[in-house]
Amino acid sequence: MITINTLFYLSGLLAIVASIKVVTGKQTIHALLYLVVSLLAVAVCFYLMGAPFAAGLEVIVYAGAILVLFVFAVMMFGLAQDEHLHAPKHGAGQWLGPIFLSVLLLLVLIIAISNSEIQQVLIPKVIDAKDVGILLYGPYLLAVEIASFLLLAGLVSGYHYAKPRQAMQSDDNFQVGDEI
Amino acid sequence: MTTIALTHVLILASILFVIGFVGVIVRKNTLFMLMSLEVMLNAVGVAFIGAGSAWQQADGQVMFILILTLAAAEVAVGLALLINMQRRYRSLDIDILARMRG
Amino acid sequence: MSLLALLPFYPLISFLILISFGKKLSWQLASTISIGAMLLSAGSSAVLINQLGNSESQLITAHLWSWFSLTTTQGSATINVAFYLDALSAVMIAVVTGVGLLIHIYAAAYMKSDENFSRFMAYMNLFIVAMLILVLADNLVLLYLGWEGVGLCSFLLIGFWYQEKANVLAARKAFIVTRIGDTSMAIGLFLLFKSLAQLTIVDVNQAAQLSWKIGDADAYWIALLLLGGAVGKSAQLPLQTWLPDAMAGPTPVSALIHAATMVTAGVYLIARMHEVFLLAPEVMTYTAWLGALTLLLAGVAALAQHDIKRVLAYSTMSQIGYMMLALGAGAWSAGVFHLMTHAFFKALLFLTAGSVILALHHQQNLFKMGGLFKKLPVESLLFIIGLYCLVALPGSSGFFSKEAIIAELWSSPTAGQGLWYCAILGALLTSIYSCRLFFLAFLGKARGNSNLEQHQDGHQENSSQGHLLRLPLILLALLSLFGGLISLDLSSVFSSAIATQAQTNFINEPSWLHTVAIVTPFIGIVFSWFYFKSYRENSCDNIKSSTGAISTFCKSGLGFDRLYQYVLVRPYCCIAKINRRDIIDQVLMLSAWYTKLWYEVLSASQNGSLRWYAAVIGIGVVGLAGVVAL
Repeated sequence: MITINTLFYLSGLLAIVASIKVVTGKQTIHALLYLVVSLLAVAVCFYLMGAPFAAGLEVIVYAGAILVLFVFAVMMFGLAQDEHLHAPKHGAGQWLGPIFLSVLLLLVLIIAISNSEIQQVLIPKVIDAKDVGILLYGPYLLAVEIASFLLLAGLVSGYHYAKPRQAMQSDDNFQVGDEI
Repeated sequence: MTTIALTHVLILASILFVIGFVGVIVRKNTLFMLMSLEVMLNAVGVAFIGAGSAWQQADGQVMFILILTLAAAEVAVGLALLINMQRRYRSLDIDILARMRG
Repeated sequence: MSLLALLPFYPLISFLILISFGKKLSWQLASTISIGAMLLSAGSSAVLINQLGNSESQLITAHLWSWFSLTTTQGSATINVAFYLDALSAVMIAVVTGVGLLIHIYAAAYMKSDENFSRFMAYMNLFIVAMLILVLADNLVLLYLGWEGVGLCSFLLIGFWYQEKANVLAARKAFIVTRIGDTSMAIGLFLLFKSLAQLTIVDVNQAAQLSWKIGDADAYWIALLLLGGAVGKSAQLPLQTWLPDAMAGPTPVSALIHAATMVTAGVYLIARMHEVFLLAPEVMTYTAWLGALTLLLAGVAALAQHDIKRVLAYSTMSQIGYMMLALGAGAWSAGVFHLMTHAFFKALLFLTAGSVILALHHQQNLFKMGGLFKKLPVESLLFIIGLYCLVALPGSSGFFSKEAIIAELWSSPTAGQGLWYCAILGALLTSIYSCRLFFLAFLGKARGNSNLEQHQDGHQENSSQGHLLRLPLILLALLSLFGGLISLDLSSVFSSAIATQAQTNFINEPSWLHTVAIVTPFIGIVFSWFYFKSYRENSCDNIKSSTGAISTFCKSGLGFDRLYQYVLVRPYCCIAKINRRDIIDQVLMLSAWYTKLWYEVLSASQNGSLRWYAAVIGIGVVGLAGVVAL
């Protein structure tokens, strides 16, 4: 019998494994696809945690929009030589320090979580889009406005930085550091 | 039917976060750093949704939506910068952008 | 303003004019200004001394302004810039302005051709200012100001020809060695103020009488420290080494500063503070013994010198030794009297030596002189007069003063018979080295001065300079001869001292004392007449100076320079070398080093690598979360 629990743990494990593959991947496209898998697994988790709206957003916005953006960007770069140059060397010393640090961080986090005596369990009651919408356009109106500004700013700056070279030639006397 | 413990959700979020963190530190390729950042943001989203579910509040999902917008804006700007970088340096190595050393 | 208050200001104004417009002034103008100022000072002091004789209280004071005030638990003391003229300071201003005037006149002629003439005269004037402040000071702080002022001028004038390294080194040595004494004196003054809360000389002397008993520890230490100051300034053992080297300065400087006035400042100080010294009989005994030892040591050293000025320098030390001996024996008046007569005849000797040196084109080596008696008869005669007084033959001024000292030694409570014998031995040495000096320089065959005649012609042409050179010499010679007839009445100053003196009886003295004292110089002369036969006879063409070990030892001033080099200078240099990188500095530099370390660490952490920054954020999170979680 497959319970919600086992489904959750399975999809969580899937997300973890896929994330590890993202981080350690060599091919950009492969890594992107693993990221999609990871996001989808997380979306399943969301659904199991009783947040179908969030799960839908995860699939549509993350896996759909943002990852497609990544794919477009990768297509523009043509990364053949770059990947070979900067691919992580397996077993190389450069992994040791970060992993040690990360394990430490994880330990600290887990200890913090287990020490904080959280008894709550997730109530398998669905919080639907309506509740979210009421909150968003009620108390969180200001946050929504700010988020829209943020998106606008992202749009403008994305357009500006990614302008074609010809358009930027007039700014060539700028220092690199100024723009980046 | 059993229920999921909040601690487990948080531990999952922590693990995902830490994996993303490793990616940010280790990878030289800026594109991979961006992807690792997505993983980290996603992990935070998991924690929010889990908490919202545990207390039966919609606020968690509201926060997740805000994180989503943040991630979208960040990816848009970040990729635009990467395009710029690729044009200038013919490389995506983050370490060549070390001109702001002290 | 009274005449007294203005006394030091004439030379001060002259100094200011000369130092400001020095290069633009002609020789005539510069010498007129400086000598005119001295003339004013000398005239004023003559008038003042006359006034002092007529005044009832035997005292003239002038209060100029309040300098500062000191507050202690025992009350407050105001330090005034005020002048105080009594019989003792009257003697001193007479010597300073009188001899100073004559030497200024001489110096104007002597230094005529020097391109820095006005600077020289400015320093000389400044010296007179400082010396007048020293002797006229109403309180010990002002006295100390003058004391340091004369030290400064001495330094400036010894190193006047600073282009030559030896002169500079001599100036530095003089300054540093006297500084040791000055420090001791300053500490003495601090102690004095601490225990008496007074610094005005009259008050100090009164308070000392009232609050201390004879032999008090306070009185002992203060007197000892003041004696240290006097020893440094007056070139007595063990701080005597600077004086022979100080002869590097121009000859008028040697005459004015290192023979007549400044070196006697120590004698003046002790005489001025005699009430404190009377309360410390041990220190008076030390003073007497120091004087006696210096007297003998300098006499022996003078016997072996080659340089005419160094002979005179050692002779000065030895004569100041007599003064110290007198002070130590409680013969205050005799000591001050000898100070005065010594100023006359030693200035005469130095200036005459200067004339000789000038005539010989700056030849100072005695073994290259000889036979000058025929070529420079006037100078020779003047030199004979000077030596006559120095040897203290009957009738000279030196005779009166030196006999006065020797007479009081035998039965003085703080001196005694041993010191009497020292003084007689010193007199014998004095006569021997004087004869040696005279024989070498003026008798015998001319050695290495064949060009003298030629120079004499040129010398005679410039007759105004010659007159200027000779006039002060002749006046000084007259003073030396008849200065002994000046009767000094210092009883008003040394009244308390005389009261103690009266207690001692002269009955125990054997009757032959005076005879021996008078005969001694003649014995010395007769001895040297035969012993230095080769020096005075024409037969010997070229006298070699003896190069024996003892002679070399004596020539170096009995090896004190070398002793100090090994005992003091070398270890000090060694310590300085060890401490070249100042140890305390290093401790202070630790903070700089620490800051720099952190600068480097933090600067290295800012390596511009984004991944590194992210990792550091991670470390920070681990740390913070660790603190929160654990």
